[in-house]
Amino acid sequence: MTGDYQVVCEQILELLGPFNKAGIELKEDTDLAGDLEMDSVAAMNLVMEIEDRFDIDIPINLLSDVTCPRDLADLVVAQLNG
Amino acid sequence: MDILDKYAAIAARHDQLLDVGADPFAVCMEQINSPTEAVINGKPVILFGTNNYLGLTFDEDCIEAAVDALRRMGTGTTGSRIANGTYSAHRELEEAFATFMERRHGMIFPTGYQANLGVIAGVAGPKDTIFLDSDSHSSIYDGCRLAGSRLVRFRHNDPENLDRRLARHDAADGQKVVVLESLYSMLGDVAPLEAFVEVAKRHGATIILDEAHSFGVYGEKGQGLAHELGLNDEIDFIAGTYSKSLGAVGGFIVSSHDRFETLRYTCRQYMFTASSLPSSLASVTCALKKVAEGTLLRRTLWQNAKDLHDRFHDLGFEICAPVSPILAVRLPDEQSAVSMWNGLLDGGVYVNLALPPGTPDDTCLLRCSVSAALRPEQIEKIGQTFEAVGTQLGLVQGKAAAIAS
Repeated sequence: MTGDYQVVCEQILELLGPFNKAGIELKEDTDLAGDLEMDSVAAMNLVMEIEDRFDIDIPINLLSDVTCPRDLADLVVAQLNG
Repeated sequence: MDILDKYAAIAARHDQLLDVGADPFAVCMEQINSPTEAVINGKPVILFGTNNYLGLTFDEDCIEAAVDALRRMGTGTTGSRIANGTYSAHRELEEAFATFMERRHGMIFPTGYQANLGVIAGVAGPKDTIFLDSDSHSSIYDGCRLAGSRLVRFRHNDPENLDRRLARHDAADGQKVVVLESLYSMLGDVAPLEAFVEVAKRHGATIILDEAHSFGVYGEKGQGLAHELGLNDEIDFIAGTYSKSLGAVGGFIVSSHDRFETLRYTCRQYMFTASSLPSSLASVTCALKKVAEGTLLRRTLWQNAKDLHDRFHDLGFEICAPVSPILAVRLPDEQSAVSMWNGLLDGGVYVNLALPPGTPDDTCLLRCSVSAALRPEQIEKIGQTFEAVGTQLGLVQGKAAAIAS
């Protein structure tokens, strides 16, 4: 799979669905901690879904800089193209 | 802005708990009368959430050994192992752990938490990749962070998922380290250790296994799950704790690695903390013998676990895993878990309340742990109290209704 940002981002927003308990509109700059109230465990679980979807590993050390789906998409694209 | 404003959301959630009743995370035991009895809020309670699997905290021989050590060696060592804090008793206990676990080397730490930090951060480094189970204990996560390694999390108890992740790193630089637990503390489920070991070895990974909850409980002599399954030689490092079956406070690691002793002057969690208390060294040295000779205790423990498991099942409670000394009752939401926990405490039964994110998959749990020291009448009382409170809250229908349906 190649890392087309737009395609990756759409898939991440889809995987984010089950974590969107308040049912807000999900965008690439939605704040995962603030808007979705995701704690660190939920964030790691989301990453696990993303890893399995794209067949990559995103080391959890990289997550401290992640605040929104765009950051995750950038990580995925970097791994796919790396 | 206040320096602690960062905790506002979690503090608000904690305050909500207090509206329901006692603070589940600030229980104070005013008296401890035995391994299974205490006084909380002026009332006698049965302790059914303690990790005191073999009930050794009040063992007469262990107490005498600790008292004798206090008189001979004093109340504290006032130093770290690499300075003035190594006594013969530390070395003897390390040898006793190595011998008991059939390993060449042993190392002890002041707590089990530190043993996990020490073995992970001591073994793995910044150029390595650690693969850890998603349900790992906090001490494992913290140890991984201290190691500075690349951290890859695999799906809980899923060797096939680990296999795929290890395969993606076969070409990477650095070593691979796989961290596993035998018996998971929250849900009471057991790792498929044989499959994990096969996968890890096939990819050339070093295995660290945490036997905190399984030590004293599994295996003919209580050496843990790896021994029970005949996998002792396959596991590179085993970590454990005194604070469960051994009835004290402290931790250990054992290994047959040729260069194990290097850790004594490289592992910071070993080097820069005050060493274990003489009294706990003495009680644990004695408790280790009781564990080795504890066939009868283990038989009672497993009988009690099966008995309580059957009772809860018959009452209609959902239990998270097959029979083990950890009995986790799943409740539908936080409010029912907190209400049930308060009702049980009022009724004279103490269990652990476990809530997300401290639990897997957003589960709200009443985490119970079984002890060999529970007497038949206490088991009866626990069953009755769970039935009464569960029925009152509408969480179960009660025994008669469950059997009729």
